[in-house]
Amino acid sequence: MRLKVSDLKSQNLKSIMELLNQVNEKLNANFAGQVVSAEMLYDFPVFTIKTEAMHDVLKFLKEDAELNFHFLTDLTGMQTADEKQLGVIYHLHNMPKNLRIRLKTFMDINKPELPTATDLWPAANWMERETYDFFGVRFKGHPNLKRILNVDEMDIFPMRKEYPLEDQERTDKDNSMFGR
Amino acid sequence: MAKSPEGIEGPGFFATKLEDVIGLARKNSLWPLPFATSCCGIEFMATMASHYDLGRFGSERLSFSPRQADMLMVMGTIAKKMGPTLRQVYEQMAEPRWVLSVGACASSGGIFDTYSVLQGIDKIIPVDVYVPGCPPRPEQILEGVMKIQQLAEKESFRRRESPEYKKLLNSYGIE
Repeated sequence: MRLKVSDLKSQNLKSIMELLNQVNEKLNANFAGQVVSAEMLYDFPVFTIKTEAMHDVLKFLKEDAELNFHFLTDLTGMQTADEKQLGVIYHLHNMPKNLRIRLKTFMDINKPELPTATDLWPAANWMERETYDFFGVRFKGHPNLKRILNVDEMDIFPMRKEYPLEDQERTDKDNSMFGR
Repeated sequence: MAKSPEGIEGPGFFATKLEDVIGLARKNSLWPLPFATSCCGIEFMATMASHYDLGRFGSERLSFSPRQADMLMVMGTIAKKMGPTLRQVYEQMAEPRWVLSVGACASSGGIFDTYSVLQGIDKIIPVDVYVPGCPPRPEQILEGVMKIQQLAEKESFRRRESPEYKKLLNSYGIE
């Protein structure tokens, strides 16, 4: 039997919707009131979790035998458009079933602190250092939270909107022509 | 064959200034240290290869140790994190030493007007010749090397001991 691309797509989407609901039900059963939202962004299930519960949720998703999100694909940071919050985003992967979800959590930009995930995944070590380096998110309990890509002397968090992208020591550019 | 310096010539002898002889020797055996980090480095590879052949200028012997190198060729974007390494390489070179800054990135930061990139290597080490271009063609790199050759040929024997030179290095915080 030949499957049309559109069939395949809707079938996939259906199974992803099931995954979204399944994870959502489990999270709500175990962490009542901590799940801010559960939604499909394009074809990807995305959960927003309160910062206080983030570490427990990650531990649960990793260790739950049925869900089995045992692999941390990525961990990164973001800043919201109103510049008042910092976010940390986790991408989890269940390799045996090839299922993926994304988790987000948002913190006040003046106190960006949350527990480290290095106790669950050693791979989180460098990714958390990178997030600290560029956004200034402090991961409590991280064994070695210092800059990883930028020079140690840097005193800004360059991906935050409050800091300019351009190097302030540039001398050969006419500001009126380059919009600096 | 290199042109001999001015001097007094006769049957079986040739007399000239020691400074000129040393200048001649230095000019025609500049050992480059290639510090190639990006596309300008690719142009340099073409410059070294048979078609353009930097060997014609006595520079076919690349020195990957700074201690034997005469000419530091910085080709490509230098990230701020690379800065201390470049400076250390420069400090390890023995006098006399020349620096050729190849391409827009090494000379001024180029298109990388951003927090992570050094806005020109002359922020951390003195530069003798700048080669413009993004990237410059091998002919341009050759011309840069020839400019360094002119500097090496005419350089005074005592320049590296002069207070002006010491002042220049001190302005970069070297020595």
